[in-house]
Amino acid sequence: MNETPVVPESDAPTGAPTANPASGRADLRPENINDAVIRLAGNSQDGIQSAGAFLARLAGRSDQDVMTYMTIPSTISGGPSLFQVRIGTGEVLSSGDEADFLVAFYQHSYQDNIDFLKEGGVLLYDSDNVEPNLDDKRFVYVGVPITGLTVEALGGTAKDKGKNIFILGLIAKIFSLDVEKLKRLISEKFAGKDESIVNTAMMAFQAGYAYPVGKILSHHYQFEKVARKPGARAQITMDGNQAIAYGLIAAGVRYGAGYPITPWSSIMEILRSELPKYGGLFVQAEDELGAVSLALGFSFSGYLAVTGSAGPGISLKTEAIGWASMAEMPLIICNIQRGGPSTGLPTNVEQSDLHQAIFGGHGDSPRVVLAASTVEDCFYIAIEAARIARKYSTPVFILSDTSLATRIEAFDEPDLSKLMIDPKPDLTPRASGFKPYDIERITQHVPPGARMIDGKYPLVSGLEHDEMGHPTGSPKLHMAMTAKRRKKLQKLAEEIPVPEVYGDQKGDTLLVGWGSTYGPIHDAAKLAREQGEKIGSLHLRHIHPLPNGLEKIFAKFKRIVVVEMNDQGVYGFGQLATILRARYCEPKIESVTKTDGLTFRVKEILEGVFKRSFADKKGRRDSPKRPLSGNGTGQDVDLARAEVIPQGIG
Amino acid sequence: MSETTTATPPAEIPREKLTKKAITADHPTWCPGCGDFAVLASYYKVIEKRQLDHEKIVTLAGIGCSSRFPYFVNGFGAHFIHGRAVPLASGISLARPDLNVFLFGGDGDGFSIGGNHLEHGARKNINLVYFIMDNFVYGLTKKQTSPTSPIGFKSKTDPTGAIDMPVNPMKKLISAGASFVARTHATQVNHMIQMIERAMDHPGFSVIECLSECVEFFPDVFDPADPRKGGSFEVIQERKWDNTPEDEMRHDVTDELAAYKLAQLPFPGVFGVFYQSDRPTKNALEKKWIESSREKTGNASDLELLQKTFDRMK
Ligand SMILES: Cc1ncc(C[n+]2csc(CCOP(=O)(O)OP(=O)(O)O)c2C)c(N)n1
Ligand code: SF4
Ligand SMILES: [Mg+2]
Repeated sequence: MNETPVVPESDAPTGAPTANPASGRADLRPENINDAVIRLAGNSQDGIQSAGAFLARLAGRSDQDVMTYMTIPSTISGGPSLFQVRIGTGEVLSSGDEADFLVAFYQHSYQDNIDFLKEGGVLLYDSDNVEPNLDDKRFVYVGVPITGLTVEALGGTAKDKGKNIFILGLIAKIFSLDVEKLKRLISEKFAGKDESIVNTAMMAFQAGYAYPVGKILSHHYQFEKVARKPGARAQITMDGNQAIAYGLIAAGVRYGAGYPITPWSSIMEILRSELPKYGGLFVQAEDELGAVSLALGFSFSGYLAVTGSAGPGISLKTEAIGWASMAEMPLIICNIQRGGPSTGLPTNVEQSDLHQAIFGGHGDSPRVVLAASTVEDCFYIAIEAARIARKYSTPVFILSDTSLATRIEAFDEPDLSKLMIDPKPDLTPRASGFKPYDIERITQHVPPGARMIDGKYPLVSGLEHDEMGHPTGSPKLHMAMTAKRRKKLQKLAEEIPVPEVYGDQKGDTLLVGWGSTYGPIHDAAKLAREQGEKIGSLHLRHIHPLPNGLEKIFAKFKRIVVVEMNDQGVYGFGQLATILRARYCEPKIESVTKTDGLTFRVKEILEGVFKRSFADKKGRRDSPKRPLSGNGTGQDVDLARAEVIPQGIG
Repeated sequence: MSETTTATPPAEIPREKLTKKAITADHPTWCPGCGDFAVLASYYKVIEKRQLDHEKIVTLAGIGCSSRFPYFVNGFGAHFIHGRAVPLASGISLARPDLNVFLFGGDGDGFSIGGNHLEHGARKNINLVYFIMDNFVYGLTKKQTSPTSPIGFKSKTDPTGAIDMPVNPMKKLISAGASFVARTHATQVNHMIQMIERAMDHPGFSVIECLSECVEFFPDVFDPADPRKGGSFEVIQERKWDNTPEDEMRHDVTDELAAYKLAQLPFPGVFGVFYQSDRPTKNALEKKWIESSREKTGNASDLELLQKTFDRMK
């Protein structure tokens, strides 16, 4: 890594108040590290998201693995906000249960987050605003007058805006980060803006970098270098919503419509400004019913379209999605899940819309449901959704959630030259005898503008219809058409690959998950194996229909434990567990669920699965009690929530 | 719908003259005597007269007796869900300027459950023709009060007579920003055809309210505007701009306030074009934005564009 300091240490601002003395506890970790969790805690106007994002981007550029975690900042300025970056030189799958390094801007940031700091971890705090309990000898304390020094560095007008970049400089020093790459990232970020903004940012960065932190902290750290494998592709860094939006673009989706709601909005914002560049269009509709109807209009016209929302808006779209199922119209519906029901927990994470996706709506209305497991998977699942929607002329749900939407990961750049799909509608004339709802075939929607050689034009209909799309009340036809719509999902199930089992291929316990819990479930299996358990994990992307052959995997394990972020339900099983039990009639399928609105921590999963406390090998102290429930053993929910939910987002 | 007239048919397939027979599908399921038959007949006439390309006619509807319309037309079409056909039609119109988008529906479909969509379709000035068969009642569900039922109308949901003030369709449409607002009567076929044609020729959200009798559940209600039943069908005299003193007395269709005054007249009121404005359509505005966005990219290919975006994320 680049060792050249931006400013020699002797240039450090004079008169900087001396930092608090270290707690006396020496920081014993090695200088060469391969994994670090850095948590930044402040208020929403402090720009800690962008500081964290710079770190994530830098890691991505350095071919390191990275994952972030954030709370959605409140729209009302001043709400508490945090951003956590985990940088690793191996495989990083979860954003980390505990932080190695906590930056606290305010007293509340310190109080709310100190429980997440690992024993022996470093608390870096703004000594202008925070008074930590130095008697707590578990941590290493580094007090820096962040506010004062930032104001000093930038002059009075900027106030303390720039603290985030100051901290970035400080972190760059402590972790020996590549300063040149970081500076390039900063100037790229502000490119096109007033030059003075770039200069101000650089000044703040240099002030942070030049701070003599070495006097307090015994040493600096350095990430082990990762050499890019020969022929490996560069990494790109983005959040889950960006990955869905760009995945849709790669998949040839050029039209869509939506209505704003957290945490879906950024997808529609991206598509609204990006699609016109590709000759397409995204429309902000008057409401979600309008949005799904517009999207169906686009699909009808020959361009596979997307709509999306979070739970409340998906509830509104339900009738039209049923129409898409009946009329056999291709459509992609994104549900970026948050806590429900109703307005629920707008900025927290939950996986409680699975049944709504599969069953939401009246009548037998088959549709496809996919769930993305990582940010990278958000990109590829969008492509898979488009493929299925076109091939089977059907509505397809993409389930994501708050945690995927807001976290940033680096992943191998997709090979676009192999992925891009041409969106043009097929207007070639259709031969005589064409039937839009041919009983023998999988329906293929024909867009207007295609000539029908026999002069008979197809209708799409929400009424039960005959093969030409005309209404029928015939019981025979309703049975045949209901079966036709169901059979195409059975056909799809045949072509879905069976997911690979991670860890033990047979044994005592199989963890099963779906969606954003992939990382912590995988890490839980890994940790338990290290401690001698015979355990594997399986993650589902295609949830409805399920791939064929899962029963063969289930047969190899004594317990099947489905881990998901939703309630255990009236009968003691979470939503996926309920479906798997119904599908396989398998009594050994159990459930571990939770509803605290936060992502799973590895330890929570293990404690839920094995009903005993788990400390990892590194001797991490026990985490504060988190509400957790297994089937029949649900504990009372801890009402004193550790994290503050920002208000002002609906 | 002025942007929609150019057609580029595949040269190989010869095109026959579009006849009424070619565009007729199922026999209508309406009750004998229902006003909607005449609307269908007028639609056939217009299509025949204009000789539109068969594959570029799109007939859409929501739910209701009137909304059964697409089944009776042999052409591309969709029978959608109750009240949401305006955004469906908007999607088609925005993505495919080459198509002729016709939307049919009833008073409940358009002014009640679909009221918000109607307002926003109008506000956005989406280029399409929307024909509303207003029978002052819910026909398909058999005689409940509709948003246009007059006060005192005895329905199954108001057995002692409707009490809620009815919607005034002309006022609602004008204030929502519809750029072509007209009113006609199903017994006046020539007038109806004229209105449909003018709506087609108008670029923008063109709405026609047509009094169309439900013989089953609200018979004779429109007789006061039917000369054959002793009523009078009073047509709006539009300004000809011929500098004559009589012209001063005529209606200026671009005058919103004057249109509003006409809409105030007591039932059965007047018929014809109430309001017309040539403000830009969403279709045109979005097209402009798309074109300038494409230009800014140097008309790059899809692959180049997305690759560039990814390069910025490295
Ligand atoms: C969501 C929904 N709500 C209610 C209905 C039942 N429904 C069908 S048509 C209709 C009213 C139709 O009235 P109008 O639009 O005036 O059409 P008309 O039958 O009078 O031509 C109703 C309430 C439905 N199909 N869908
Ligand atoms: S019920 Fe009324 S509106 Fe419906 S078809 Fe019969 S007459 Fe026409
Ligand atoms: Mg009606």
